[in-house]
Amino acid sequence: MSTFGLVWANLFRHRARTLLALFSIIAAFLLFGLLRAVAVAFDGGAAVAGVDRLIVSPKFSIIDGLPVSHQAQIESVPGVAAATHATWFGGTYQTPANFFVKYPVAPREFFDLHDEYIIDPAQLETFERIRTAAVAPEELAAEYGWQIGDRIPIEGDIWLRKDGSRLWEFELVGTYRVRDDENAFAAFLFHYDYFDEARIAQTEGIVSNFVVRVADPERAAEVSAQIDARFENSTNPTRTATEDEASRQFAAQIGDIGLIMNSILSAVFFTILLLTANTMAQALRERIPELAVLKTLGFSDHRVAALVLFESTLLCVLGGVIGIALAWLALGAIGPSLQALLGRIELTAATMLGALGIAVLLGIVVGLGPALSARRLQVVEALRR
Amino acid sequence: MAIVELKQVSRHFSKGRQTVEVLDGIDLTIAEGDFLALMGPSGSGKTTLLNLIGGLDQPSSGSVEVAGQQLVGLSSRKLAQWRSRNIGFIFQFYNLLPILSARRNVELPLLLTRLKRKQRRRNAEVALTIVGLADRAGHKPGELSGGQQQRVAIARAIVADPRILVCDEPTGDLDRDTADEILDLLELLNREHGKTIIMVTHDPKAASHAQRTLHLDKGSLVGETA
Repeated sequence: MSTFGLVWANLFRHRARTLLALFSIIAAFLLFGLLRAVAVAFDGGAAVAGVDRLIVSPKFSIIDGLPVSHQAQIESVPGVAAATHATWFGGTYQTPANFFVKYPVAPREFFDLHDEYIIDPAQLETFERIRTAAVAPEELAAEYGWQIGDRIPIEGDIWLRKDGSRLWEFELVGTYRVRDDENAFAAFLFHYDYFDEARIAQTEGIVSNFVVRVADPERAAEVSAQIDARFENSTNPTRTATEDEASRQFAAQIGDIGLIMNSILSAVFFTILLLTANTMAQALRERIPELAVLKTLGFSDHRVAALVLFESTLLCVLGGVIGIALAWLALGAIGPSLQALLGRIELTAATMLGALGIAVLLGIVVGLGPALSARRLQVVEALRR
Repeated sequence: MAIVELKQVSRHFSKGRQTVEVLDGIDLTIAEGDFLALMGPSGSGKTTLLNLIGGLDQPSSGSVEVAGQQLVGLSSRKLAQWRSRNIGFIFQFYNLLPILSARRNVELPLLLTRLKRKQRRRNAEVALTIVGLADRAGHKPGELSGGQQQRVAIARAIVADPRILVCDEPTGDLDRDTADEILDLLELLNREHGKTIIMVTHDPKAASHAQRTLHLDKGSLVGETA
């Protein structure tokens, strides 16, 4: 037997109680892994994309939209190398569960500006030529079993057609992939011109935002200010930001994601702290004569305290490791279906190390009180109990 | 040669404003290899005296020298270290850890040594063989009879090869026959393995196994029988 064996045996002395505490810790760390992965995806959605790109959005709300005529004025701003637009389409493919992002775009401009999206030139040419054409990320096409030539029906929710119907139908003419080192949104793309002509008249000519490439990334802030100045007194003022900032602003319109996640996790860990502390305190109370026996045999006060602390830390680290492992498995299973909304969602090394740190800290905080009590235990008095 | 030497040892406890004198000016010498019984009525100070000799407690005044070490003034860490090398404890209610098998209970004191895992296991098995319980090594205390549990406790007390065994009512929880077996085992350890044994008991029959019996009353030594 080793010291570890002694601690392990003590930990599972009351198997049911320990397992209940362990399950709570596992659940907390599972939640930690999942929420941190989502928060990281929100925080870093476009952080890895080109820093030479800016997003021009409506100044006050993403719902407002901007007139497509802004594009010509944006392109005339000194320092702007190129510009294109994208529009949030929404819509449902078969069932609401089949969620993926859909953008009507100007095909050539869009792919020119997003060089991380790689498409066969012949397919891009077809996409440009056929007005009802669409292209999809390779993973999305594989997920739904789409083949080139398939017709993809989408039921519109934001955008209705002039004839009053909600059904939009597109012909898949190609697929594209996102370069491996990128974490950009991969969207189902179709022709803006077809979309604009077919949608009801009141909404014609409105896009969600513009994507701008600046000639010199060092001058991005200056160009950004000039674009906003250009539209300051118009009926559609703009707010220009880097893609990174824009994704954060988008998330901020839903709410402060980081604050929400951290608030949930703080509440969860505080509850776990109380629960585990109670388990450890109870375990110590039951074991006072045994700790006294250990001291009688020659275990020093510090050594007995260390055994108690080791036990609580082992419990928390064990729960933490299992919880994070389950989060990793869960993200492997659900991550691909969330990718369309959040980009690549995964456990980062920082999240895993953070979890380990929290587990150790939790173990120490939870075990500190019982460990100090064990250290102070008087052998003669304790043996009388 | 004296292995235990107590000079003018007193021990009192404070209860509020009241001071209770438990031991009063004890002088005691025990030679190495002795088998000594301590008898006396409840509250006479037997267990307190045993705790002082075993290094579990410190006297209020006087000198306690055991196995060549002056125990008065030693830090709790040094005392713990000293106990692990010199004293084996045997209690009335065995005080085994219920979650560990007999072998693992016996191995416990060896966790404080530098012995390798295999050697610790081997020594524990030897100790269990000496007390006649080698075939019960894998059993937990709850699966053993009272006598068997006390044998495991004795194996635990001798596994680190201490010079002194301190026994507090070792047969107090056992029936007559089992108690005799345990006392025979202690005699064997004293005679064959040279252990000095100091045993607190209420039972004159148990005391008859010792070479000397000291009588305590109201904190003082009041007599000795051989």
